[in-house]
Amino acid sequence: MSTPLLEVTDLSISVMGSKARTKIVEGVSFSVEAGERFGLVGESGSGKSMTLRSIANLLPGGVTVSSGSILYKGQELIGLQNEKRRRLMGPEIAMVFQEPMTALNPVMRVGEQIAEGPRRYLGLSRSAAMDLAVSMMARTGIPDPKQRAKAYPHQLSGGLRQRVMIAMALSCRPKLLLCDEPTTALDVTVQHQVLRQLEELCEDFGASLVFVTHDLAVVNQTCSKLAVMYAGRIVETGPVKDVFKDPRHPYTQGLLTSAPDFDQPERELIPIPGFPPNLADRPPGCEFAPRCRYAQADCTSLQPRLLPVEPGRNSACLHTEEIFPGVLV
Amino acid sequence: MNQPDVDTAILGMSDIRKTYRLSSSVLQRFMKGSGRRSELTALAGVDLELRRGETLALVGESGSGKSTLGKTLVGSIGASSGIISYNGAPMPAHRDKELSRRIQMVFQDPYSSLNPRISVGSMLKELLLLHQIVPRDQVRDESIRILNRVGMDEDALTAYPSQFSGGQRQRIAIARALAVRPDVLIADEPVSALDVSVQATILDLFESLQKELGLSILFIAHNLAVVQHLSQRVAVMYLGRIVEVAETAELFKNPRHPYTRALIASIPRMSAESVNQQFVVHGDPPSPIDIPPGCRFSPRCTFAQDQCRKVDPTLQNIAGTVVGLHSSACLRAGELPIFSTILQRDGAQ
Repeated sequence: MSTPLLEVTDLSISVMGSKARTKIVEGVSFSVEAGERFGLVGESGSGKSMTLRSIANLLPGGVTVSSGSILYKGQELIGLQNEKRRRLMGPEIAMVFQEPMTALNPVMRVGEQIAEGPRRYLGLSRSAAMDLAVSMMARTGIPDPKQRAKAYPHQLSGGLRQRVMIAMALSCRPKLLLCDEPTTALDVTVQHQVLRQLEELCEDFGASLVFVTHDLAVVNQTCSKLAVMYAGRIVETGPVKDVFKDPRHPYTQGLLTSAPDFDQPERELIPIPGFPPNLADRPPGCEFAPRCRYAQADCTSLQPRLLPVEPGRNSACLHTEEIFPGVLV
Repeated sequence: MNQPDVDTAILGMSDIRKTYRLSSSVLQRFMKGSGRRSELTALAGVDLELRRGETLALVGESGSGKSTLGKTLVGSIGASSGIISYNGAPMPAHRDKELSRRIQMVFQDPYSSLNPRISVGSMLKELLLLHQIVPRDQVRDESIRILNRVGMDEDALTAYPSQFSGGQRQRIAIARALAVRPDVLIADEPVSALDVSVQATILDLFESLQKELGLSILFIAHNLAVVQHLSQRVAVMYLGRIVEVAETAELFKNPRHPYTRALIASIPRMSAESVNQQFVVHGDPPSPIDIPPGCRFSPRCTFAQDQCRKVDPTLQNIAGTVVGLHSSACLRAGELPIFSTILQRDGAQ
């Protein structure tokens, strides 16, 4: 097997509290192949956004990577010199944020913002970069791109701003696009357009996608593989289709049965009892055990590891085989 | 429109309008010299009725006016014109204590809608005494009863909102609304700020309130999967107008307005077979400052014809259905092709 485009191994991220360090991401490992669309799913506080931000070295102040490695095309990203990182961010790795209003420069015309990257990394002249910016805006489905390129972010609607962000991220043809809940702030009809466009562009440019979201249905629409995170750990990974049809971890199962499914209006919603643990004071053993309806005595003492349960699928549950009998390795 | 049926409608809305006058500086920023309309139309003539004991969902995109309508109904903002009737009688512009008690609201964000400096117990006590729900010596028992009703226990009385998780705070917000024994609950996106696993418990709670207490609930939401699960009827709003109202199953099976169709087709789906690969609607919703002439959806509508750009359609009963079952504000409602929510089924099996 060739080296994957992105390989995250045993990543731990911690935040410095008033007394002690709190690990908010622990032992996360996953890899993304070239051209693959990978979803990171979890509830708020599960560590999905922090994992994504650590790839781009955009962790907020006080939050640091405490151990692990992030390899991009075999090159270590953790502790990379700023100069070398600058050469990667943009032409190789780009990011799309959740709230485009705070991520765009409010006092710069959007066309110029998009053109900045191509001028710097592709060595284009001012006018050539501007032409590229306009054509990128057209490709992301912005009507009347020539006029809109002269607008400031506040003059655009949320949907258009998010398209500007996508146009900007893709303008230097990166190989890896990191998306942090890019459509959460958008309306359904606009979300649908933006997701389709994002998918199309990634396909055209051959870019891989790491997509962070809390919305299971959105993952189903955009990604081919996913990892489910709970309390800072990955609890299940696998192809989206298989995981949705047939989850192999009680938490994934709980998520799927608690979310309303438009195609099955009659299905009863089964909420997960309790709430996620305080990360500063993790319960011993499996973090999900206090909320798990299958929990047994050993669940509260043994920490389960993410292990293969089927070809291409992993689950971090001590009792996967008993709870979900089926084809196992 | 007919007079709302007194026997079934607890809350009637007739031609409710709300406009905001804009100052010229804001105007210039938005308009850049096109036309000289100086008003933002948040509600452009809403006709709707909330029937006794039902959960009516109000769906639409941001800026469609759903929250404005909710606030108009509780009385926190006044409508520019139109009549809100309660049990068949028009409501006065200034409501007395008794009337405002009848209609209560639950807000979207339980982090900002609860006062962080007031304990849950004193919050409930204040309400119970102000509205004289129970005598002073029974306040504690009544508070515990209300908390139990929303699935919380006695310990919560002495606690402050910051000590609770999002889901629990939303329960407290619901308890606050229930404390004064209202007839109508207006819930403005009450589960949107919550995690999926918690959402289900709050939805269950709303369901039990409607079934066991007989509350009439107006449930404002944008997530159609949630709406489909919870409500008996659905009203779809677009740019300050109701464009379609029908019973839930009927609306999702046989939508008679192109906007409703676009909404349904845009829902992200959980099963791979129904992933929609087509673009369903183009463009963003237009600005409420500059509403297009004719049908307000016509610039984005794939079915639009010349007349759609000239005539502004009103909410009409669909021909061939019982009055009040299904209405749509589309000139071509009767001509729309058969709708299929399951797209791309041929790929699977």
